[in-house]
Amino acid sequence: MEKYVQIENVRQVFSTKKGPFVALRDINLNINQGEFIALIGHSGCGKSTLLNLVAGLTLPSDGAMLCAGREISGPGPERGVVFQNHSLLPWLTCFENVYLAVERVFGQAESKASLKKRTHEALALVGLTHAEHKHPHEISGGMKQRVGIARALSMQPKVLLLDEPFGALDALTRAHLQDELMKIAAETHSTVMMVTHDVDEAVLLSDRIVMMTNGPAATIGEILNVDLPRPRDRLALANDAKYHEYRGAVLDFLYRRQLRPAA
Amino acid sequence: MSAIQLTNESLEKIMSDPETVVTGKPQVAVAAVENAVAGENLHERIGQLVGNAIKWLIPPVLGLALFIGIWALVSQSSPQLPGPAKTWESATILFSDPFYNKGPNDQGIGWNILASLQRVGIGFGMAALVGIPLGFMIGRFRFLSAMMSPIISLLRPVSPLAWLPIGLLVFKAANPAAIWVIFISAIWPMIINTAVGVNRIPQDYMNVAKVLNLSEWKIFTKILFPAVLPYMMTGIRLSIGVAWLVIVAAEMLTGGVGLGFWVWDEWNNLNVEHIIIAIFVVGIVGLLLEQMLVLLAKKFNYE
Repeated sequence: MEKYVQIENVRQVFSTKKGPFVALRDINLNINQGEFIALIGHSGCGKSTLLNLVAGLTLPSDGAMLCAGREISGPGPERGVVFQNHSLLPWLTCFENVYLAVERVFGQAESKASLKKRTHEALALVGLTHAEHKHPHEISGGMKQRVGIARALSMQPKVLLLDEPFGALDALTRAHLQDELMKIAAETHSTVMMVTHDVDEAVLLSDRIVMMTNGPAATIGEILNVDLPRPRDRLALANDAKYHEYRGAVLDFLYRRQLRPAA
Repeated sequence: MSAIQLTNESLEKIMSDPETVVTGKPQVAVAAVENAVAGENLHERIGQLVGNAIKWLIPPVLGLALFIGIWALVSQSSPQLPGPAKTWESATILFSDPFYNKGPNDQGIGWNILASLQRVGIGFGMAALVGIPLGFMIGRFRFLSAMMSPIISLLRPVSPLAWLPIGLLVFKAANPAAIWVIFISAIWPMIINTAVGVNRIPQDYMNVAKVLNLSEWKIFTKILFPAVLPYMMTGIRLSIGVAWLVIVAAEMLTGGVGLGFWVWDEWNNLNVEHIIIAIFVVGIVGLLLEQMLVLLAKKFNYE
């Protein structure tokens, strides 16, 4: 399998009023093509910082980051990002929000009709054809997050980066969107990196779970291989011994070995 | 044929069935009751609407009545001040011919209003043309913001009329000087509110711009401008308010046609009714301008 994202000895230092703050250190991680990676850890452990680095929103203080063999020097269309709070532009309809991304990536090579077709397809993929011409304030939180996913997918990224995409949703909507994401990831053979604080979500969705130690100067504590056959079914897994073993391993890491004294 | 016979038979059977007959009547009755309920509901709803309207209307009407009452009382005790009735009489005469023109110093109230509106329009328009782009740049570039902030802090609190002599000196004419005063007093709220709007754009939107790799033009048209629009509208509303406040004073000093000059002229004629009418006209026109902009601003509210 080809390594799609390579992170080598990455270190991230922020300068604050109290002096330099080391957020991440010694991060080494390779992500293979088609792999689903979950980043999990307590809040403040720098998982979003790591995702932002891969997205190119920030640049590392030290170390090397490659995506598809090229150095990450900023955001690029080969890396689609889904933000925690959907980040749709409220003055544009769902269609226009997605079209903005499509136009940027394919606008120079393709006709308008083809751009519109791509936008329709992306929204159809997340089941939102009926809400295309609604504004974000007219649809539910789950639907907004789906538009965000459609926007990221419409760019046909090689890597999909999700920053706690379902964190703000209720449990039922979350479960529904997790199933859909699994289906979409399988259909599009996407490489996915997802930040989460939900243990069940991590075990259900990912091939590998990257567990981070507590900050400051957080690093990767352990990587757990989740060897469950796909397609996965949440109901069947509820009684699966292996599933519970993985779940237990992550919980053990988070609440026994990395429990924050103050938290 | 047999099929029809069968249905006829079954129909007869159904019709003679006691259950059908029994259920038939209550259905009609239910429908009638529903109609009656709907009629009652309609009555109730109309009654509620009227009741609400009265509730809404009573306080403002009471307030206005109180105001007119106090005015009438005060005018009784001071004979120079015309009462509401006398002012109303004068107003009906004045507004019966708003657009007469008997030379530069004697024109209808309509011309005076239009002249003032025109000055405000030109001065405010130029202030918007300069102030809004300047506000965008100050909001976007920290260096420019640091450069401009001492100038803005220094000049903003200055009374608009203090600029009039400068205007007279530079333009050597009364009308452009009045417009200049409007310009300089209307520009600050627009610069400041636009700059604040640019500063307050959520980081999320800028992250979207970065991740999508949008061009500067797309960032401006799809993110910056729509995000700042509500702030800009606030600035515009404040500016129009200030401009309309200042125009009366400026025109009093510069003369010509306009509400401010008209007030001063009527003071010289000792026509106090007309001065009171002018006060109401200025208030009503200002209110209309404000309401127009409030309506416009509502269109740009996305939440």
